[in-house]
Amino acid sequence: MINSSAFKRLSIGLLVVWLSVFVLVPNLMIIATSFLTRDDANLIAMIFTFDNYTRLFDPLYFKVLTHSVYMASLATLFCLLIGYPFAYIVAKLPSKVRPILLFMIIIPFWTNSLIRTYGIKILLAKSGLLNDFLLWLHVIDKPLKLMYTEFAVIFALVYILLPFMILPLFSSIEKIDRSLIEAATDLGASKFITFLRVELPLTLPGIVAGLLLVFLPAMGMFYISDLVGGAKNLLIGNIIKTQFLNIRDWPFGSAASVTLTVFMAGLLFFYYKVGKSIKNRGHNA
Amino acid sequence: MLNKNQNSIIRLANAKKSFDNKIIINDLTLDIYDGEFVTILGPSGCGKTTALRVLAGLETLDSGDVYLSGKCITHVPAEKRNTNTVFQGYALFPHMTVFENIAFGLRMQKLPAAEIKTRVEDILQIVKLTDFRDRKPAQLSGGQQQRVAIARAVVNRPKVLLLDESLSALDYKLRKEMQNELKMLQRKLNITFIFVTHDQEEALTMSDRIIVMNNGNIEQIGTPREIYETPNNLFVAKFIGEINIFPATIESCISGNQYMANIHGCHYPIATEQTLVAGDAINILLRPEDLRIKEIDAKATSEQLVGHIIERNYKGMTLDSVIHLDSGERVQISEFFDEDDPDFDHSLGQKVAITWVESWEVILKDD
Repeated sequence: MINSSAFKRLSIGLLVVWLSVFVLVPNLMIIATSFLTRDDANLIAMIFTFDNYTRLFDPLYFKVLTHSVYMASLATLFCLLIGYPFAYIVAKLPSKVRPILLFMIIIPFWTNSLIRTYGIKILLAKSGLLNDFLLWLHVIDKPLKLMYTEFAVIFALVYILLPFMILPLFSSIEKIDRSLIEAATDLGASKFITFLRVELPLTLPGIVAGLLLVFLPAMGMFYISDLVGGAKNLLIGNIIKTQFLNIRDWPFGSAASVTLTVFMAGLLFFYYKVGKSIKNRGHNA
Repeated sequence: MLNKNQNSIIRLANAKKSFDNKIIINDLTLDIYDGEFVTILGPSGCGKTTALRVLAGLETLDSGDVYLSGKCITHVPAEKRNTNTVFQGYALFPHMTVFENIAFGLRMQKLPAAEIKTRVEDILQIVKLTDFRDRKPAQLSGGQQQRVAIARAVVNRPKVLLLDESLSALDYKLRKEMQNELKMLQRKLNITFIFVTHDQEEALTMSDRIIVMNNGNIEQIGTPREIYETPNNLFVAKFIGEINIFPATIESCISGNQYMANIHGCHYPIATEQTLVAGDAINILLRPEDLRIKEIDAKATSEQLVGHIIERNYKGMTLDSVIHLDSGERVQISEFFDEDDPDFDHSLGQKVAITWVESWEVILKDD
């Protein structure tokens, strides 16, 4: 008993140290940095300021921020619109086929997403596969400009992040007790009404999980807008990356990073609330 | 006996269903009458739940037909049938309140809101859940969830209410209570109840008629009393309650329907409506409470079956004994306590002779 409790303490202790050194301390450093001033010689000068945060509302950056949120939102919406029917159909297929299809969703993960983004470049380029195909079909007379547009960024985000939408949706749809659907049918509900009144509300936690799993990374995926978005279609991730690596304004980069983290935390809190309200907690208990 | 004047509300005609080449229900034909409380009883896998789901429209038949009030509904989907089901696990919608759960079916019928409200309130009162109307199912006890499930089904005033093992999740005491509540509810609402269970005691307690099923076939249909006292075959006899089966041969006909039977060399007169001839192999079926024993001296001989008591269990109202016969079989006996003899008991190892109350035996021909 003494041994096992010593082991327990050791393993928990190790975990606490690990998390403190590699997660807590770096994050505290970033938060601290975000309130300091830029210095050309030493990167950071120990002068307290709120400037980094107020600068985020500078029209120049604010526009990038809102545009980034806008593109990430659209990508998330498309992921939901494509992902829900997909997950629904897969979840209703016989249990022999399901694992195969899920496996096929996961296979692309084996290739680095950077490389897959290069693949999108080949697809969307002026003389790329999509344009060639459309020209061959005579749908268009001259190649469309697809690369370095908002469309390209959203397309790539949807392509890369779609599995993160499908998997939580699939698991929440699959979890629905079949007898609930039968009960709704038995009470006179058509298939569509059953979906609307029973299945959709019960998969709400899966929907919210999918939205978060897509939306949060979507705002940070700087390499996608770097590769296919051009100069005008930046994500918040690009701002942070540029501040740290190119402009070397660490305090401002930190402020952007902290803002993004707080924003995400807010969304996670919202998810927790939704989950709780679904988890059968009525009010008149 | 069943009343032939009653109207058949549900009729299954030559219903067949199989999954993966395994026959689940095999050529089932049965009538259920308006206002009856019918139980479909059988061991698990006998096809009783499938039969119920066929009536609900949740399962389609390979062949055969379903009629509701004389109209063929074989191809009518579940959502358009005037039947409602109380599911085994209740299947309450976890995201809706008790009120919303019960109102669901009425909303599907697009009734005016005011009518929905009064009908739900009425049924809430009947099932004594008015104070719980705004709770979610997870905040209710098992018995309360059960009542919501019943309310959700009967509020639609179905012609037939189908109950699938609806009480099996409850503990013993609550189950007893719900059995009585269900019977009262059925009388009050005057709806035909079809109740599926594997619990024979429950079936005997609640039903007007019992349909005993096994391997997709109906073994017997009858009132609880008929099923218990005159089982059609060995399966029904063994499945319902405890029973002792004595294999015997007919020795001679005494007169009319009286015969002399031979059980392991002992002679017992029996009575049966069947026509038997000497040499016929039969089974004599006797319930533990129909047998009588007489303590005899260890050295005495007897014309009757003899054995020794190897187990005696005090059951409060009865004394249940197990007797090991000299022929090797075991016999169960249940004796009621006699108020004139407060010390009534047997000692283990006591030698006894066995008889039974004349003409209480059931005779089944050996097949």
